This record gives sequence, C-alpha cells and structure tokens, in this order.
Amino acid sequence: MPVEYWLIFILIVMIIASIAALEMDDILSSIVAIGIVGLGVSLSFLFLQAPDLAIVQFLFEIFALIILVKAFLGKDYHKQAPSRINKILAGLTIITLTAIFIFSVSVFELLPPFGEPLMTTAQYYLDNGAKDTGAANLVSSIILDYRAYDTLGEITVLFTAILGAFTILRIKSKSKKENSELSNATK
Amino acid sequence: MQQNEGMTLIVKTVTRISVWMILLYGIYIIFHGHLTPGGGFAGGVIVALAFLNVLLAYGRKFTSDWLNIGFLHDLEAASATLFLVIGILGISMGGAFLANFLTKGELFALISAGTILPLNIVIGIKVGMSLFLVVWVLAGFKIEKGD
Repeated sequence: MPVEYWLIFILIVMIIASIAALEMDDILSSIVAIGIVGLGVSLSFLFLQAPDLAIVQFLFEIFALIILVKAFLGKDYHKQAPSRINKILAGLTIITLTAIFIFSVSVFELLPPFGEPLMTTAQYYLDNGAKDTGAANLVSSIILDYRAYDTLGEITVLFTAILGAFTILRIKSKSKKENSELSNATK
Repeated sequence: MQQNEGMTLIVKTVTRISVWMILLYGIYIIFHGHLTPGGGFAGGVIVALAFLNVLLAYGRKFTSDWLNIGFLHDLEAASATLFLVIGILGISMGGAFLANFLTKGELFALISAGTILPLNIVIGIKVGMSLFLVVWVLAGFKIEKGD
C-alpha cells in the first residue's frame, strides 16, 4: 500500500479522535483520545521517513499524557454549557472555513508534488553533510552544526520556561505558607 | 511499617529494576545521537521519564531523598552555560560562533563528528533536568479549590 493511503487513514483516525476528545464527558477518556491524536502525528512522521522526529514526538506525547492525567484526575471540573452566541460564532467559523477550503482547492492543484523540488541548500547538505561534519546522522549534523543557532534558541526557551515555572510557583507557595502562619498566629 | 505514599509494592519493585534500564537507554540515545536517530532531545526526554517513573511510583518524599533536587537545578543551569562555552570556544579555535573545531574523526565511529557529541550530551542533560524539574514543581503545587 503506498504511503499516501496510510497517511489518509491516520488523518481520519486523528480527526475522529479529536472530535471524541471534545465530546466525551469522562475526562480520562478525553485524555486518552488526545493521546491517540499525538500517536497519529508520531506514526505519520514515521511513514514520512523522519524517525528522529517520530521518536521525539512519541516521547513528548507520553510526557504530556502523564502531566494531563496527574493534573486532571481526581480534581473537580465543570463543563460549561454553550450559550446562544457561542453557537452562532461556531456556525460562522464552520461556514467561513468551508468557504476557504472550497475556494482553495484550485490552489492545491498548483502545488508541486510532495518533496519534489529539492532546494539547493538541502541538496548541499545531502551531498556534503557527512564529509563536512563527520556525523553519520544527517539530522544531527544539521541541528548541531549547520543550524546550531536554532538549538541554542531552543535551549534558551527551555531555560526561560523552567525559570518562569519555578519563580511563579515558588511565590505562590511562599505566600500560602505566610498566610497559614498568619492564621496560626491569630489563633 | 511501609510508608503510605506512592503506589503498591508490585509497582515499586518493577520500578526499582526498570528505572536503570530506562536511564541506560536514554544515555545510549544521547551518546549515539550523531550515528542513529535520536540525539540530545530524545535521550533527555527518556532520562526525564525515568526520574518521573520514580516520582510516580515512590512519591515525592522518597524522590527528594534519593535525588538532590538543588544539584539537578545547578546541573540544568550549568549545561545551558556549557553550550555557550562550547560556542565561544568555537570563536577562538574555529573562527566562528559554534564552529566545529574538534577533529572530525572516522565516519560511523563513536568518537567522531567534532563538537556534535559534546553538544548532544549537554542538550541531553539540559532537556532531561528541565522536564523533570517542571513536573516536580507542578506536582508539588496544590491548587486550592475556589469558593
């Protein structure tokens, strides 16, 4: 079976799973449905012959699933019933998106076939990557040698994220502790 | 008496054996980033998931005794600095920021590809520690119910 049919099959499964995630009442079932969507993304990366991305996507999906389960299980949450204006806005959005899709069908036909015109930089990497960097894994040689600035940026983002999380959550818990000490003192 | 927090004895025993294998696999993925699919990011996530396994199975108190959280925090900040240090060494020895100044070595050998291997290790430490610490902070933070 060619790759395209597998991709279409995975895409349909992902669409069904995301609708199920929105519509299900049980929060654990919704989280599992979100996990199916992520697994579909990982599988499609695998079918498109990008194992590096597939591994990272799969692992991050497990990670996100653990965080979601830990955050939502056993906690109270309430479901908001859609109001009238929400329904009107949803209808308008669906109509607009359908119109855009119908008008852009002719644009899809103009697109070149998938992965067909290899750009000159990509061709250069394929030809000279192993010779220039000595790395057998071309993806690694691109993200850590030719495009190492990108990786530096990613590391900075991660660093800032952990810094922000620690700062905000520590302030919260500290103020909570002070409050409890205050209430103990007044008792 | 057994401590109450954490999961059952079965889960704890399986975790005790499997954590080291997961850690070893993560380190393998990090060290072979320039040869096989994977690399610093994927290996770092595996390392973080191994620590997360302990946190889920044994609970928060045991994990804070087993791991020195302050040291993990230092390691995380130091690895980000180390990336910059390697980049600046590239200026002095290779002529450009993040230049590949080490010897290229033989293709498919473990010690090859110049600075790609040290950068992979640094990124692996960074990603692993960051992701574990984010979950650590979030798990310790209790949301109080509103009125």
